[in-house]
Amino acid sequence: MLSIRNIVKQYANHTALDGVSMEIEKGSIFGLLGPNGAGKTSLIRIINQITAPDSGEVFFNGEKLNPNHISKIGYLPEERGLYKKMEIGEQVLYLAQLKGLSRPMAIQCVKYWFEKLEIQSWWHKKVEELSKGMQQKVQFVATVLHDPELLILDEPFSGFDPINAETIKNEILELNQKGTTIIFSTHRMESVEELCDSIALLNKSQKILDGKVKDIKHSYRTDTYKINFSGPAPSLNSEAGTLFDVIENTSDGEYGKLTVKMLKDYSSNDLLKILIPKISIHGFEEVIPSINDIFITKVKESGNFLPHEH
Amino acid sequence: MNKILLIISREYLSRVKKKSFIIMTFLVPLIIMAMYGLIGYLILKGNEISGPKNVIVIDESGVFKNKLTNDAGLNFTYLNISINEAKKNIKTDGNNYLLYIPKFEGNDLSGVELFSEKQAGFSVTGTIEKQLEYIIHERRLIQAGIDEKLLSNLKTNIVVDTKKITSTGEEEGSSGAAFGIGLACSILIYMFIFIYGVQVMRGVIEEKTNRIVEVVISSVKPFQLMMGKIIGIALVGLTQFLLWVVLSTTVTTVISKQLMPKTQLEQLQKAPIAATTVQHANNGTTDVLSGALKAIETINFPLIIGCFLFYFLGGYLLYSAFFAAIGSAVDSETETQQFMLPVTMPLIFAFIFSINFVVNNPDSPISFWMSMIPLFSPVVMMVRIPFGVPTWEIILSMGLLVAGFFLTVWLAAKIYRTGILMYGKRASWKELGKWLFYK
Repeated sequence: MLSIRNIVKQYANHTALDGVSMEIEKGSIFGLLGPNGAGKTSLIRIINQITAPDSGEVFFNGEKLNPNHISKIGYLPEERGLYKKMEIGEQVLYLAQLKGLSRPMAIQCVKYWFEKLEIQSWWHKKVEELSKGMQQKVQFVATVLHDPELLILDEPFSGFDPINAETIKNEILELNQKGTTIIFSTHRMESVEELCDSIALLNKSQKILDGKVKDIKHSYRTDTYKINFSGPAPSLNSEAGTLFDVIENTSDGEYGKLTVKMLKDYSSNDLLKILIPKISIHGFEEVIPSINDIFITKVKESGNFLPHEH
Repeated sequence: MNKILLIISREYLSRVKKKSFIIMTFLVPLIIMAMYGLIGYLILKGNEISGPKNVIVIDESGVFKNKLTNDAGLNFTYLNISINEAKKNIKTDGNNYLLYIPKFEGNDLSGVELFSEKQAGFSVTGTIEKQLEYIIHERRLIQAGIDEKLLSNLKTNIVVDTKKITSTGEEEGSSGAAFGIGLACSILIYMFIFIYGVQVMRGVIEEKTNRIVEVVISSVKPFQLMMGKIIGIALVGLTQFLLWVVLSTTVTTVISKQLMPKTQLEQLQKAPIAATTVQHANNGTTDVLSGALKAIETINFPLIIGCFLFYFLGGYLLYSAFFAAIGSAVDSETETQQFMLPVTMPLIFAFIFSINFVVNNPDSPISFWMSMIPLFSPVVMMVRIPFGVPTWEIILSMGLLVAGFFLTVWLAAKIYRTGILMYGKRASWKELGKWLFYK
C-alpha cells in the first residue's frame, strides 16, 4: 500500500528524518510511534505531500507519490481546527470539495456521515457554538468523507471524551474492516497498542524498530511470570538462582504475589511443577512487555533517551 | 485551478455575507453624502454674512449716498445726522453696524470707521471695503472723462483656463481638478491596500491559529490557498468599492435633484452673464462652481478609471502578498508589529510623499522615479495621471508593477508555506530569510 524508502528531511538546524524506510500493508492498522519530536509529523507531512523530502521516495500502491493521490488519503492532523464562523455543513462540504469531490457527491457523503454519527442537526450551526468534542467529531467526518484508501490519524484520541473516543474508535475499526488502511501516529503508545497490526518506532529522526506487534512482543519477551496465590510466601531458596530469579515474593499471610524470571531453557511448566506442591495458585500469567517498555528498552540499548531537541 | 476557484469563492462569500460588510457598504456612502452635503452647505453659507445686518451709513462726504448696494446680508441705510449723535442714539449690537465716512478732498478717502458692539468679521469689512473702493474707482474714471456707458461696458469677468498642448492639439485642463482627482484616487488606493491587506493577514492568522490550515493544505498547495485568499479578498474590495460608487452616485443625484432649491440653481446659472455691480462682488462663488464643473468635464475619465482600477488591484496584490507572508510567520495578531512596520513604511512614505510633493510637482524626476518603483507606484502614479503622463510611462510603470507583484508573490509564497506550519515559535527576520531557501 505504502512504501517509504530512505526518506531524509532536513530543516535549517536539525534533521527531522534520517534515512527512514517502512512498508505499510494494505488493509492493516499501522502504528507510527515515538516520543514528541521523533519525526512522526514530518513523515506524515511528506506522505500528505505537504512538504517534500530532501531525498528518498514514497510509493503509493506501487506508484510514485503524486498529486493524484491526495484524494485517496484522509488526514486528521494533530493540530486540528475549523473555520469558527462558518456553518458546519458548508464547512465540511468545502473541505470535501477541496479533496476533489463534486458538490452533489459531497452533499451525499456529508449527509451519510452526519446521519451515521447522529449530528444532522448541526448542519447550520457554527463551529464556535460547538463544544470541543463535537468539533472533533465534525473534523473526523471531514477526514473520512471522501472515502480515502489510506487514513492517517495523528494523535486521534486526544481531545475526545471517553464516549466519543469509543464512537470514533469503532468507526475507524469499521472502516478498516471495509478495507481502509489506517496509520495511527501517537506518542502515547499504550493508547493504540491493542489496535495495531504493525508498528514502527521512531526516535531521534530514526526508525529504531518495526514489524508486526505480535512478533515484536514475542522477540522481547523476558520469560517472566506472575503468580497470584493464597497462603504465606513460599520458600524458594533451593531453586532461586538456578531455575529462575525471584523478582517479587510477598504475602500478607492470606494472599501473595510472586514474580519470577526463568533462566536458561526452563519453561513455565517447570516453574509450575515446583510451585504446585508449595502454594495454592489463583492466577498465572506471562508478563508481556508493553510497546512502551520495549521502546524504553530499545532506546536504552542505543544509548540515548533524551527526546530530540529542535 | 478548480480548487483555487473554490477557495476564492469561500473567501469571497464568507466575507460578503458578514454583517460588518453589509453595514460598511451602506453606511459609508451615507457618511460620505453627509460630509459632502455639509461641505456644500458651508461653502454656500460661508459666503454670506450670518443673518441680515443693518449698516447705518453716516456719509459726511455725500459721495456714497444710495450707492452702496445691499449685498451678502448687509442692508445699508443712510442717516443725515452727526456721528456723535448717531453713536449715542443707535444701538450697536451684533446686528447693527455704524459706518462713518468723513468728508474728504479729491479722491483720497481715509478715516472711514465702522462701529459695532462686537468686532466686525472679515466678511463684513471686506464687503464694505470692496464696495467703497469700487465706487471711488468709478468716480475717478468718470472724473478722468470716461463715459458712464463705456464704463459699464468695461466690466469683465475673467476665469483663467489652463490648457495643455499635446500632439493632438490643445486640450482643456484644470490643475485644480487634476489635483483633486489625483489626490482622491491616491487616498482611496492607500486605504484600500491597508484595509484589505490587513484582512488578508488576519485571514491567514485565523487559519493558522484555528489549525485548519494543515487540513486544507493536505488537499491543496499552500500557494493555491494563499492566492485564493488574496484574490477572494480583492473581489470583496472591488465589490464594496463598486457598491459605494453606485450608491453614492444614486444618492447624490437624488439629493441634488430633490433638495437643492430651484431658485439657487437658477441663480447659479444666470450668474456668469450678469454684470451688475451687485453680482460683481458676489461672483467669487459662482466662478468657482462653474470652473469646477468645466474642469471636471475636461478630465479623461476612461483613462483615469482604467488606471485607477489597475493600480488599485496591482498595489493591493503586491502588498497583500507581504501581508499574507507576515500572517503566516506569526501566531497571533499582536506579534505582527515587528514585521508590519517595514512593509507599511514604503506605503506610508509613498502616501505622504504624494500629498506633499507629487501633487505640486507631478513631472519632476523624483516623481517620475517614484511612480516607476512598484512599492510606491500605485499611490504616486495615480496622483500624476490626472495631470497628464506620457503613455510609455504608464505602460512601463504598470509593467514594473506586474513584475513586482510576481516577485513579491513568489517570495511571500516561500515564507508562507513554511510559516503556516510553524506553531508556537516566534519567527525572526533571520528565520524568514532561511525559509526562503527551503526546498
